[in-house]
Amino acid sequence: MKVRINGREESLPDRSVTLQELVENRGLAPERVVVELNLEVIPREHWPTVTLQAEDSVELVSFVGGG
Amino acid sequence: MEDLLDIGGKKIACRLFLGTGKYAGNEQMRKALLAAQADVVTVALRRVESGAVVENILDYIPPSCTVMINTSGARNAAEAVRIARLARASGAGDWIKIEVIADSRYLLPDNLETLKATETLVKEGFVVFPYMSPDLSMARRMADCGAAAVMPLGSPIGTNRGVKTRELVEILIREISVPVIVDAGLGKPSDACQCMEMGCAAVMVNTAVAVAPDPVEFARAFSLAVKAGRLAYRTGMPGSAAEARASSPLTGFLRDHD
Repeated sequence: MKVRINGREESLPDRSVTLQELVENRGLAPERVVVELNLEVIPREHWPTVTLQAEDSVELVSFVGGG
Repeated sequence: MEDLLDIGGKKIACRLFLGTGKYAGNEQMRKALLAAQADVVTVALRRVESGAVVENILDYIPPSCTVMINTSGARNAAEAVRIARLARASGAGDWIKIEVIADSRYLLPDNLETLKATETLVKEGFVVFPYMSPDLSMARRMADCGAAAVMPLGSPIGTNRGVKTRELVEILIREISVPVIVDAGLGKPSDACQCMEMGCAAVMVNTAVAVAPDPVEFARAFSLAVKAGRLAYRTGMPGSAAEARASSPLTGFLRDHD
């Protein structure tokens, strides 16, 4: 299954992957990450129940220092 | 008598707004914000990659601060709008600094794209602070469409060159109906003091403090300078003259008479 993650096309296994699993599999601390799925921010409490579909576009972002 | 800045639905005491980038670490950044008694700080939004050790910068910002997300990275209005919506949806609040830059050498803002983003985001209920090049007609348009302030640059980001745009900023202060906040390029406390003496509502500083030999004390110095300049502006400054006007009496000198 092809999805776009942080602007890069990636192949994920065809079984359903939840946003929660996606974040954890990448070694990210959930409380520090904001997830945008197809241009919509998905609140953290919904991550365990939202699964990725083919052609989805995901952005994993965080607040950082800046001026 | 309190001199609070009434802006975006809040009353702000500290007129030194601080960025949070380029510090040696988050703890140092936090101490600098505390030393300055900052009320408004800005942060950015970036992608995180696998396994990145990401501290949550928001944990290091004093809870009393208002966080203004900047749209840095945006090259056009659409990208700025997207970043703003993402920031708000993730609970970071409504205050947005629009930063739209397509020039990588001077990081000068694109005023036209900034105006477009301002129009869209004001309509969506954001409190909008457009970072812009000091152009009177653009600033007027931004003010007219509901920007909370305009933020003209002093000199290019990170250059510490001071208020090179001084005269243009003075024009904005005289002509624009919303607060004028100089942002970018201020290199030392006297630059900030100068801006406040001119009538700026506030100034924003990042690089000068973050890369100073002692960022915490430099933040403190900037904060004092902003207070000094603001006090001078509010209470009025004397004019200048071409010829000397003696400070001590002109009679009773201890000297032989001719």
